Amino acid sequence: MDRLKVSIGGLELKNPVMTASGTFGYGTEYIDFIDLSRLGGIFVKGTTLEPRDGNNYSRMAETASGMLNAVGLQNKGVTYFVQHIYPEIKQYDTNIIVNVSGSSVDDYVKCSERLVDLERIPAIELNISCPNVKEGGMAFGTSCDSAAKVVKAVRKIYPKTLIVKLSPNVTNIGEIARAVEAEGADSVSLVNTFLGMAIDAEKRSPKLSTITGGLSGPCIKPIALRMVWEVYHAVGIPIIGMGGICNWQDAIEFILAGATAIQVGTYNFIDPAASVKIVDGISDYLDRHHILSIDDLIGNLNID
Amino acid sequence: MVVLSNERLNDQNNLLKVTPATGEKLPDTVSPGQFVQIRIENSVHTFLRRPISVNFVHTSLNQLWLLVQNVGEGTKHLCNYSEGEKINIIFPLGNQFHLPSKVTSKILLIGGGVGTAPLLFLGKKATDNGFKPNFLLGGRSAKDLLQLDDFKKYGAVYTTTEDGTQGEKGFVIHHSILQEEKYDFIYTCGPKPMMVAVAKYAHENDIECEASLENLMACGFGACLCCIEKTTRGNVCACTEGPVFNIKELTWID
Repeated sequence: MDRLKVSIGGLELKNPVMTASGTFGYGTEYIDFIDLSRLGGIFVKGTTLEPRDGNNYSRMAETASGMLNAVGLQNKGVTYFVQHIYPEIKQYDTNIIVNVSGSSVDDYVKCSERLVDLERIPAIELNISCPNVKEGGMAFGTSCDSAAKVVKAVRKIYPKTLIVKLSPNVTNIGEIARAVEAEGADSVSLVNTFLGMAIDAEKRSPKLSTITGGLSGPCIKPIALRMVWEVYHAVGIPIIGMGGICNWQDAIEFILAGATAIQVGTYNFIDPAASVKIVDGISDYLDRHHILSIDDLIGNLNID
Repeated sequence: MVVLSNERLNDQNNLLKVTPATGEKLPDTVSPGQFVQIRIENSVHTFLRRPISVNFVHTSLNQLWLLVQNVGEGTKHLCNYSEGEKINIIFPLGNQFHLPSKVTSKILLIGGGVGTAPLLFLGKKATDNGFKPNFLLGGRSAKDLLQLDDFKKYGAVYTTTEDGTQGEKGFVIHHSILQEEKYDFIYTCGPKPMMVAVAKYAHENDIECEASLENLMACGFGACLCCIEKTTRGNVCACTEGPVFNIKELTWID
């Protein structure tokens, strides 16, 4: 199965299929459904320096071919993660990557510092793109200066693989990608959710307690694909593509647009075994097309 | 799973009976209060599975019963399933109702509308365990009171309707039985305003009470953190820590 192998910075993946942060808990929620060792990696729930209660109910609204969420980074904080969750999940035979979020540059640095020494965490994903928190999050990911500042500060203290998760809520995502590449990011992952809104016409009220929230699911796929294509032409570092991936065809499309690896997100809720089915589907695709390595497919789009 | 039947009970509700397609036995761990997540196939405007509470498990016939209220695009699809069709269901999910330790305890199961669904299975389990449950079921009109003949197999059934077409007129919380009898435990499922009223009654009268919540959810197994309920333990997922909560854990009563 070597032809499914890809690398992201120093991170070796047995295959390009991973699961997106915020849709996969800590992996434990899925062990009744799939064998986690079949995956290239799992991105665990967004983690912050201090515990966060998240936003009030209601946090979810279904939309045509997608959903809005306003979870707001509910998590028990990095100390709890290190002491209680990490010991439980460290035996998983896959790459475990922690998604790190914060309200200040200092938060990102302190949270990342706590994760450096964890032997079984080979990488972190800096979340500078959460649309559901008032301070920080997306604010860092929507300007080149602030994105660069966070990455620069974390890069100084984090020698392992550093992935930066980009927001699609920007005019030019390629510029943001270039800014974080210049500060030493090993990879960019994109896209996080799109800022959206849902209204109950009968009640004349917003469906989310926060009024606006993050849109995900197949409805965002064409835009996410376009953004991966733009970033592929803007940077030299590997891209982890995501946004509405439901099946192996979607995954191959992201790889052809320029992604080295992909994340399955919201669709895990509908089919908890989707990620493993995608691994099998990609493998079949390589067979049918006599392709020897995923690397031969990345960005390899036939354009007349 | 495969659909055995999909009976229309009234203008809004269907009783969907399913069995494992492979012929294997339903897991005997399925308990009253638990729910299933059903995938909605070929529906452009829906995306997520639909959480439906377990209405009944008929062990000897190997049937899982689901009461579906046709309230939107997703549930409309569920009401259109016909016999023999395959249906993709994740189950069992969530926790369960807890019966009292003493079988002499007097228990009352209060349901409103389609919220009566899990109480039929709970009524059976209570009876099997030696309890003599009472049921108090409410609806807008007589036609909205579902499965009354099934409930009667397991205990005395009291009813209310808003229009007075069956039982006492008004809401369940105003039924005379609540003045006449002193119950030890109340189990409730239905519209939130009804459950809050029941919880207040239970609290004021020092009665133990469990409520089954219907918070909006995406996954149903603790990954999305959308269906949270504010509790004395903080925000917890109604899908994994619930859907059944003791009202003492909830923040409904000041």
